[in-house]
Amino acid sequence: MNLSLDWSVLPAALPFLLQGMGFSIALLVVSLLGGLLLGTGLALMRLSSNVLVSSFAAAYVGIFRSIPLVLAIFWCYLLVPMLIEAVRGVHTPIGPMYSAFIAYAMFEAAYFCEVIRAGILSVPRGQTGASLALGLTRAQTMRHIILPQALRTMMPLILTKSIIIFQDTSLVYVISVSDFLGAATKIGQRDSRLIELYLFAGVVYFILCFAASKFVEARTHRKVAT
Amino acid sequence: MISIENVSKWYGKTQVLHDCSTRVAAGEVVVVCGPSGSGKSTLVKCINALEPIQKGRIVIGDAVIPAPASKLTAIRARVGMVFQHFELFPHMTVLQNLVFAQIKVLRRSHEEAHARAVGYLKRVGLASFEAKHPGQLSGGQQQRVAIARALCMDPACMLFDEPTSALDPEMVNEVLEVMTELAAEGMTMMCVTHEMGFASKVADRVIFMDEGRIVDDCASDQFFGGTTQCSERAQRFLSKIISH
Repeated sequence: MNLSLDWSVLPAALPFLLQGMGFSIALLVVSLLGGLLLGTGLALMRLSSNVLVSSFAAAYVGIFRSIPLVLAIFWCYLLVPMLIEAVRGVHTPIGPMYSAFIAYAMFEAAYFCEVIRAGILSVPRGQTGASLALGLTRAQTMRHIILPQALRTMMPLILTKSIIIFQDTSLVYVISVSDFLGAATKIGQRDSRLIELYLFAGVVYFILCFAASKFVEARTHRKVAT
Repeated sequence: MISIENVSKWYGKTQVLHDCSTRVAAGEVVVVCGPSGSGKSTLVKCINALEPIQKGRIVIGDAVIPAPASKLTAIRARVGMVFQHFELFPHMTVLQNLVFAQIKVLRRSHEEAHARAVGYLKRVGLASFEAKHPGQLSGGQQQRVAIARALCMDPACMLFDEPTSALDPEMVNEVLEVMTELAAEGMTMMCVTHEMGFASKVADRVIFMDEGRIVDDCASDQFFGGTTQCSERAQRFLSKIISH
């Protein structure tokens, strides 16, 4: 077997790769924060006694959980500028980067909605009773008593999902945004060193994700132990 | 202080309270007992509107239930409630449990809320537990913290919903002692409990409920005194729970 690997392209490529990693992490943070925020709102809507409100949220979740992420990325890339144009009447290209942010936040929100809803339902009903009995309003009860407990219960799931989101950020290549993997691809193609770049990318993803999952595991076990 | 007037309540089509009426005077201690499913917990939860009523009304001081949702928080803040399962907030420390509603509902300053919390913790004998989380406390300790939490709100009256039913036997007394002290200080109390010893010693009146109705409502020495003073249904209940 004659493996002729040439790693000399790597050092020069590092700044560009780092820039790609920066975008991957930014996308992860946006999908996590946006997804959790939007997902919490959706979860509250799904638990609402108002049928219209709860079925809207159910439909949202149903749709986004039934389509591939790639499709959601395309939709946002093509549809969001059209929607803005329809509202504002001016052609407003938002660029692939922002449409990626929006697509990921909206897509992950559907998942987090289900996670947070399960978390809320796992908090004993007596907690709500006790909080209301102290004179707190329903909104205060949800925000300060129920949601913190729900998020805490669901933290292992949320952390595990973050790792998956980080891996999934590589899908933005479909709208030509350079995340870490996209940057590696570009350099590899330019310098005809795809194998070296993909091996390197693989090692980086492995180290980051493996370390993160070990961290989640340790954290979960500590919780069970106490 | 508390006046319950012809209260009826339904869960769907099932009627769980039938035309219940009674009064609790200021400083009075009333024990509510009866077999499980008799509606005693439900009745107590109606008093601070945790359970809505469909008929009749409840007057607490100058507040009347049913009331619009916007007024309920003010009513609830004035009525202290202690639950069977303590319901301390597990993500907060003992101290945070005690100060949170004081700050959010009564708009007290942090210093004032803190001072009051420390005072009541001392009173229930848990002064050194401020920084602990509820999960680190025994059941009896948690229930005493729950009582302190309710007292921090300066309630006009206190409701207890089977406060010792979820406790190990050796922890029942520490909670009953706190409640007895409270009664001695003149707190108006309505207490759902199976602790007949506490009822006969501390209660001024005993209400016996069965199938959603108030069957007996009499002075506690009458209830426990003779065999003929209370209803036959209550006598059967008493003979069952006292015989073992």
